[in-house]
Amino acid sequence: MARAVTTRHKTIATAAAWIVALLIFFPILYTIITSFKSEQEAIQGFNLLPSGTMESYTEVEAQNGYFKFFLNSVLLSVGSTILALLIAVPAAWSMAFSPSKRTKDILMWMLSTKMMPAVAVLFPIYLIFRDTGLLDSRVGLMVMLMLINLPIVVWMLYTYFREIPGEILEAARMDGASLWNEIIYVLTPMAVPGIASTMLLNIILAWNEAFWTIRLTTTEAAPLTAFISSFSSPQGLFWAKLSAASTLAIAPILIMGWFSQKQLVRGLTFGAVK
Amino acid sequence: MKLRTLTLGLLSASALAFAAHAESITIATVNNGDMVRMQKLTDDFTKKNPDIQLQWVTLEENVLRERVTTDIATKGGQYDVMTIGTYEVPIWAKQSWLLPLDKLGDDYDVKDIIPAIAGGLSVDGKLYAAPFYGESSFVMYRKDLMEKAGLTMPEAPTWDFIKQAADKMTDRANGVNGVCLRGKAGWGENMAFLTAMSNSFGARWFDEKWKPQFDQPEWKNTLQFYVDLMKADGPEGASSNGFNENLALFQQGKCGMWIDATVAASFVSDPKSSKVADKVGYALAPDNGLGKRGNWLWAWSLAIPAGTQKADAAEKFVAWATSKGYAELVASKEGWANAPPGTRSSLYANPEYQKAAPFAKMTLDSINAADPTHPTVKPVPYVGVQFVAIPEFQGLGTTVGQLFSAALAGQTSVDDALKQAQDAATAAMTEGGYIQ
Repeated sequence: MARAVTTRHKTIATAAAWIVALLIFFPILYTIITSFKSEQEAIQGFNLLPSGTMESYTEVEAQNGYFKFFLNSVLLSVGSTILALLIAVPAAWSMAFSPSKRTKDILMWMLSTKMMPAVAVLFPIYLIFRDTGLLDSRVGLMVMLMLINLPIVVWMLYTYFREIPGEILEAARMDGASLWNEIIYVLTPMAVPGIASTMLLNIILAWNEAFWTIRLTTTEAAPLTAFISSFSSPQGLFWAKLSAASTLAIAPILIMGWFSQKQLVRGLTFGAVK
Repeated sequence: MKLRTLTLGLLSASALAFAAHAESITIATVNNGDMVRMQKLTDDFTKKNPDIQLQWVTLEENVLRERVTTDIATKGGQYDVMTIGTYEVPIWAKQSWLLPLDKLGDDYDVKDIIPAIAGGLSVDGKLYAAPFYGESSFVMYRKDLMEKAGLTMPEAPTWDFIKQAADKMTDRANGVNGVCLRGKAGWGENMAFLTAMSNSFGARWFDEKWKPQFDQPEWKNTLQFYVDLMKADGPEGASSNGFNENLALFQQGKCGMWIDATVAASFVSDPKSSKVADKVGYALAPDNGLGKRGNWLWAWSLAIPAGTQKADAAEKFVAWATSKGYAELVASKEGWANAPPGTRSSLYANPEYQKAAPFAKMTLDSINAADPTHPTVKPVPYVGVQFVAIPEFQGLGTTVGQLFSAALAGQTSVDDALKQAQDAATAAMTEGGYIQ
């Protein structure tokens, strides 16, 4: 009897999980379906069966070459993530293993910067970028993306580092390890799963960032977010082309997310249940 | 061997020097069909001007507006040519954000630009943007359905006729709506249509002292007529429909009439995308016998921001893209029907264009019937037919658009929408210092 109940519960839970997952995934699925429709089909209303035409993909590629934008997306997301880790690992280490009275306040303050609407600082940032010659430069945008994601990276790493027993680090110190040796040879290998999932999440966040990447670029540094934005038309049908551009833009990150889902889930749920 | 190496070296060096000399200009634009076509044809420009390279930035209309405003206000210098509309030109020119276009070349023929369009892009007699394509609005209707209804569309219909025709053409069982009009909220969406319509009802946004006029009977008549017409004969969910949604409905044969941009004529008459291509007739936008029609005036134009370092190269490009020669280039590659409309009188005098574009005369008549400096029956303190050329209008126009869209959707009454619009406009005008 107990087994039957458990099986039934499991079935219900699995079905519920599938329904929720499908609901969440549906907008992406519908975008992919729409990308295989003609413009007329795309605007005609809800329809899950496309005619299968590839004309939107052909037009999108002919109109606005995909590869340059893709390359910029890769450089910006990976570059900003590496920069963020270089700063966040030592920061999280110090907060996790040498906390002071104000550590929690600093962490909260860092997080609070994420609560500010980005548009509120658009003009100051734009002026700084203009005066430093960083408008439409990959380096400038890498720094910007690193800065906006840094609070999350520090928080995630801090949470992982807190799980590592301080005694192990003390033992390393007893054996004469220097501070850097301690971070590089003892802490980092133990925190690799955490760092990996932080890295993956940060790449996704940087890849999808659409406010600054559109507003601080024109031609040279424009990533895939700018590529998508270029297909919306005030006078002319564009849903199929826009869907094709969106599919091309999200495909790489979707594939990366699929292959690294174990690390991602582990990273996102780490420390959630104690 | 040595001589050959030397020659090759010299050639490479001169090629490098030339490449280094080539100037690159950045052009910001929207993804409309005519702009996409222009990008494809730029080889002609770069052949004629090998020292100028072109970089394109295509953005969604609202993002483009925000990006270029940010750049121009901070003199960021990211763009050398920008695509802007009739709304921005007078405001930005007065702020000295745009360079006057006075070096377009001897063969440019500025006087050939349609006067109504040139007027909307000039300040104190100086042209600050060159029109790439211009438009007004008019009635597009199904000739077959009109005949079936036993009516004949006059060249210059009244709103009463439109109502009568819409009632007769509506055939919900067969999915035919008598009339399709914009309902989606936005200063450039439903408010473009409703402001132009209100002019023909004698309404105005502000009196001479900038006092909002939504509490006046003319606005009540406009909005009530619009809501009643759409409820009786409009498509389902009309409050979400903008240009593109109505275009799709009309092309699929689901609208008896559609009153919208003249540029739509080339889409609805294109047999590749329109099921009703051979059944479309055109008429002037309706009136109420008060001396003003409900048609607007707009031009997507190319302007040069004051912050550019490459003004000469930018002006060369603007002159090329808006010249008579460009229209001929498009005609030679893609036919006269695809020449950018609504900018040059010579295009409308061209028999080949008249033959290829049956809507040509009606488009020109519609453009000529719009007067941005005297948009409505009573005097107004502003310029603009379907907008008010003040910086506050983008925000206020969209707020009022949301209220009127809600009235169309039945979420609020016409009276409530007008009262809230009056309050919002009064607050915006007071805050802006227009009302003391």
